[in-house]
Amino acid sequence: MKRNVIFAAFLIAALSIVVMAACGGSGNKQENNVLKVYNWGDYIDEELIGEFEEETGIKVIYDTFSTNEEMYPRIEADSSLYDVVCPSEYMVKKMMENDLLMPLDWSKLSNKDNLNQTYMKILSDFIDPDNKYMVPYCWGTVGILYNTKLVDDVVDSWDILWDEKYSGSILMQDSVRDAFMVAEKKLGYSLNTTDPGELEECMELLKAQYPLVKAYVIDEVRDKMIAGDAALGVIYSGEYLYSKNENPDLAYAIPKEGTNVWYDGWVITKNSKNADAAHKWIDFMLRADVAARNFDYITYPTPNKAAEEFIDKDILSDPAVFPDDKIISEKCEMYLYLGKDAENEYYELWKKVK
Amino acid sequence: MKKLKHMLGNAYLALVFVFLYAPIVTLIVYSFNEGRGRKWQGFSGRWYEELFHSAQIGDAVSNTLTIALLSALIATVIGVISCLGLQALRGKARNVYLALNNIPLLNSDLVTGLSLMLAFIAVGVTFGYSTVLLAHISFNVPYVIMNVMPRLRQMNQSTYEAALDLGARPVQAFFKVLVPEIMPGVISGFLMAFTMSLDDFIITHFTKGPGINTISTLIYSEIRRGIKPSMNALSTIMFISAIILLVLTNISPKGSKTEVKYI
Repeated sequence: MKRNVIFAAFLIAALSIVVMAACGGSGNKQENNVLKVYNWGDYIDEELIGEFEEETGIKVIYDTFSTNEEMYPRIEADSSLYDVVCPSEYMVKKMMENDLLMPLDWSKLSNKDNLNQTYMKILSDFIDPDNKYMVPYCWGTVGILYNTKLVDDVVDSWDILWDEKYSGSILMQDSVRDAFMVAEKKLGYSLNTTDPGELEECMELLKAQYPLVKAYVIDEVRDKMIAGDAALGVIYSGEYLYSKNENPDLAYAIPKEGTNVWYDGWVITKNSKNADAAHKWIDFMLRADVAARNFDYITYPTPNKAAEEFIDKDILSDPAVFPDDKIISEKCEMYLYLGKDAENEYYELWKKVK
Repeated sequence: MKKLKHMLGNAYLALVFVFLYAPIVTLIVYSFNEGRGRKWQGFSGRWYEELFHSAQIGDAVSNTLTIALLSALIATVIGVISCLGLQALRGKARNVYLALNNIPLLNSDLVTGLSLMLAFIAVGVTFGYSTVLLAHISFNVPYVIMNVMPRLRQMNQSTYEAALDLGARPVQAFFKVLVPEIMPGVISGFLMAFTMSLDDFIITHFTKGPGINTISTLIYSEIRRGIKPSMNALSTIMFISAIILLVLTNISPKGSKTEVKYI
């Protein structure tokens, strides 16, 4: 009996050693010079991480998320979990409001002048007054992806999505704000409107469009357009270069009435343990050659003006990827959080459309 | 008539296999696609090359394998010890404990993952490799118990006592009599725990910390930009390894025949 007890004790000891060894393995990584980066999945040219480590001697722990909503609760639970994060602009706003972010020290960002000031201005206007927290990384618009073989009109306006000629070959976004945005911009309203009259009008407009629409989808827009299943689709601009590569007949247009612009950008968490390294990371990402390589890999437009000299001239001259600053600063808006009541109002109206 | 029946049967069988394997064949074919999307743009090994160059994927693979191996090993040891304890219990108590053991098996992964996450937060552990490992051990133990317990109950208790009577020390009797007897159950428990851990996404997702990705969580994080074909390449390699393993176990020498049977 006694031997049994000894044997059991031995087993337990062996077990705990294994577990501790496993824990210790991860514990060793907690050195001083470590930077924890939290980015979207597949959203960087991976070689750049190694180059950053080599240049600065900082060890990077790189982690990825798939949605803003997945990232947020982790940071909210413990904002020292990561040093630098890359959320979308509306999530940055929410994080600012909940005091999860550390103000940037712009003097540490030597490459800050590479940024296109038009984009900094619009960010400052809508999300981050005086650009205290966010350094844009990628940006884009919502526009119309169309198949040049199936569409012979000039696509430059949301109006074409109401053209009976294309009945049954139009793809709309199946998300409330994106769908309403199309109607709001077509009618010349703000995409953040909460005016009941305007919203009612938009709802009627979308209802009138309903019979012409082939499907309300989100991710499938890209694949259906590549397959040639539809002539026109509302889509995020980031998908354009990829789609064009798969199907050369596709083109993308930003409607002249304006549209939504979105940004993903770097922010530093409030309780970051290594803010200094975080600034170095952001500064590295701002370097023109780095931004250009990221653009080549991700194919989402970069807000880095200086990177343009490294980018293929054909792509650079494509107004769908690098639109005129004027249309951005004058016609485009970002989504703002409208409050619970207004969101419900949108949602109720959206149900009436479908 | 009999021939027709035979043919129909074969056709049906073929159909079932097409149904099972067509998706995997598609995946393998696309892993050799030059392009990123679903359009065929020519044969290329480019995604395999990227696969071996990506540190992220390499980390994810090694995390997945070490976590599966360690958690299955530890869970097997814990599970076997628990079985011995359960075996020593009598009547009602044992049934209660066995029922408690079954609850985590039936419980949804979501509940398990969420509760583990909350427990880790409550205790104040920082999320990382160790939390994922602990979580995997905890959901693996019931599978081991489920596999070992029946073997232990089938076994004739007297053999162990006979060994003691014949002068074996308890440790000797344990390793020489009891262990060989329950080995098939232990092995199938271990393998089941290993595959469960390899497959798991939800629980890992809730308990992982910065920089720790397994293959499944890495794939999931690529959803927004569309899953990279290197993942197809990785899945192809994993599938082929599984086949090789299966073939090897089936042509292994006669000595280990009994074990193979129980797997």
